[in-house]
Amino acid sequence: MISVRWLHWADLVLPPLVALAVALVAGDLLILSYGQAPGSVWRLLLEGTWGNSYGIGQVLYKATTLTCTGLAVALPMRAGLFNIGAESQLAAGAFATALVASLLPTATPLLLAAPLCIAGAMVGGGLVGAVPGVLRARYGAHEVIVTIMLNFVVLALLNWLVSTYWHVPETLHTPTITSGQMPRLSQLFPQFHGSAANWSWLPVALTAGLVQWALQRSQAGFALRAVGFQPLAAENAGILVGRVWRQALTWGGALAGLGGINFVLGYKGYYEDGLAGGAGFLGIAVALVGRNHPLGVVAAALLFATLSQGGLAIHALVPKQMVEVLQAVVILAMAMAVPEVRRLLRTALTPRRRAP
Amino acid sequence: MSLLHFFGQTLRIATPYLFAAAGGALAERAGVVSLTLEGFMLGGAFGAAIGAWLGGGAWFGILGGLAVGLLLGGLHALGSIRFGADQIVSGVAINLLVVGATRFALQLAFDSSSNSPRIAGFDGFANPLIWAALLLTPLLAVLLNRTRLGLRIRAVGEHPQAAATLGVPVARVQAVAVVISGGLAALGGAYLTLDQHQFTDSMTAGRGFIALAAVIFGRWQPLRAAVACLLFAAAETLQIQLQATQWIAAQFVVMIPYVLTIVAVAGAVTRAKPPAALGRPLAS
Repeated sequence: MISVRWLHWADLVLPPLVALAVALVAGDLLILSYGQAPGSVWRLLLEGTWGNSYGIGQVLYKATTLTCTGLAVALPMRAGLFNIGAESQLAAGAFATALVASLLPTATPLLLAAPLCIAGAMVGGGLVGAVPGVLRARYGAHEVIVTIMLNFVVLALLNWLVSTYWHVPETLHTPTITSGQMPRLSQLFPQFHGSAANWSWLPVALTAGLVQWALQRSQAGFALRAVGFQPLAAENAGILVGRVWRQALTWGGALAGLGGINFVLGYKGYYEDGLAGGAGFLGIAVALVGRNHPLGVVAAALLFATLSQGGLAIHALVPKQMVEVLQAVVILAMAMAVPEVRRLLRTALTPRRRAP
Repeated sequence: MSLLHFFGQTLRIATPYLFAAAGGALAERAGVVSLTLEGFMLGGAFGAAIGAWLGGGAWFGILGGLAVGLLLGGLHALGSIRFGADQIVSGVAINLLVVGATRFALQLAFDSSSNSPRIAGFDGFANPLIWAALLLTPLLAVLLNRTRLGLRIRAVGEHPQAAATLGVPVARVQAVAVVISGGLAALGGAYLTLDQHQFTDSMTAGRGFIALAAVIFGRWQPLRAAVACLLFAAAETLQIQLQATQWIAAQFVVMIPYVLTIVAVAGAVTRAKPPAALGRPLAS
């Protein structure tokens, strides 16, 4: 007899494995279409990412942002809400953190500046996330439509703010901050020299752990999951569904905003137009492959970061755009595999009955 | 600026919106979410470049764009209807897939990371797609509101269980709607390529989402959606014409369709209500 726990794990872990296998096959075909040998390209991809400390640093840097946008999608998803706004929430968080850092006096001690800048990032993203939350809770506006449309509005607004009021001449970025910089990892571990890896990963990893704890152990997390499972039942149990929706989307936005520190405080030192660069949309993929579990999100963020960085490594043999295709294939295969695996597990376990 | 010139430019800007919005209205009325319009358009734009390049004529471009759109529509149907994948996720994936795939194929076919070589196309109003777009809207309205297939499509989008009980092949009707919507949106993308005699990386630049905004703002009705497309295009034309005067920042004109759509779904005037079963496939 197969235990329920085993089934739960199979349902959770099998779809990502299927999606990865499909992506591998798709990748083989793309590599062959370019007249290269799949084996050597895959080897190059691994060597360029996990094979040296620079590659590892880059993967870590990219995974940090993706963890935030992944959590930004995963958390509202557990409440049954689809947040497609991580792209603009990330940008708003980055803008806000740059604003806070530039308002602080020069050389404010990091232990004081970092929490303020992090709070600024979360407030910036949270404000953008609150809009669909409030509109959903109060007017029943579908959050998918609102978050998509809001992406364009917020990005245009930030573009206007930066290009009109706050940029270094001839560029589309703000002046470099003079406080709140996250030190690079290479200051402590010289082997990471040259990579963008910085200490932003620490608050982000802590946040992922905190979200996991909040979802599984806190009252608010219970309410959130209850609303996600069955809003009507939750409402009857006395949970204020509208409030949960509002909070879930607001916190989702705040989590995406947190990702802004990685670029602004840890890497470039300024806000730059277009810095999100699709990381918000990849967050959807990360949440999906991570099965909306915070720890799964971290693992999926590492996977997608490896692909992103790996694209640069293989560019000598195959166009780096190959990994963009593969990332999309993973999402598509994953989206198909989730219901299919569930269906197959169900059929495999239903005792066969003779037709009457 | 003459009025005629203004209307002409509005029409040319509106053409890709009209195609994509027609596709979006069709798929969404059948209950399938149309986040894919952007990807369909970009795929169609690339297909048009390949078609015109290989065939050596602009009409082959239209065929190429259409073919890619039908294929992508088929992929979305396969994922979200056959496999029951989440339609929003499938849509996002297809959008990302097309961006990556067109970039990869640009390298493969033209050895360029940014654009195709100059291809055959149509100049200005000699472009048959402009006139086709104008014809398309009333045709779609008649199809949806006055024909058997239209009734089936609407039934499937509003209440698939009831439709299934009456013997409507729900999955097949939805698949047909999605595949056609792919073809239509792709023609909008093909228009761009043939108008500019070139495919450039990510050239649709969010037009699919403006078309989706028009569908929602037009409350899922083809005629209203077309009016919304023309309205959005007129705003863009004004912005281009007024650019010199600095009367209003371009970014605020860009926001218009999106803000109007948010206001519409939030029900500031009267609620825009989607088809009842949008995004929820029939349980198998």
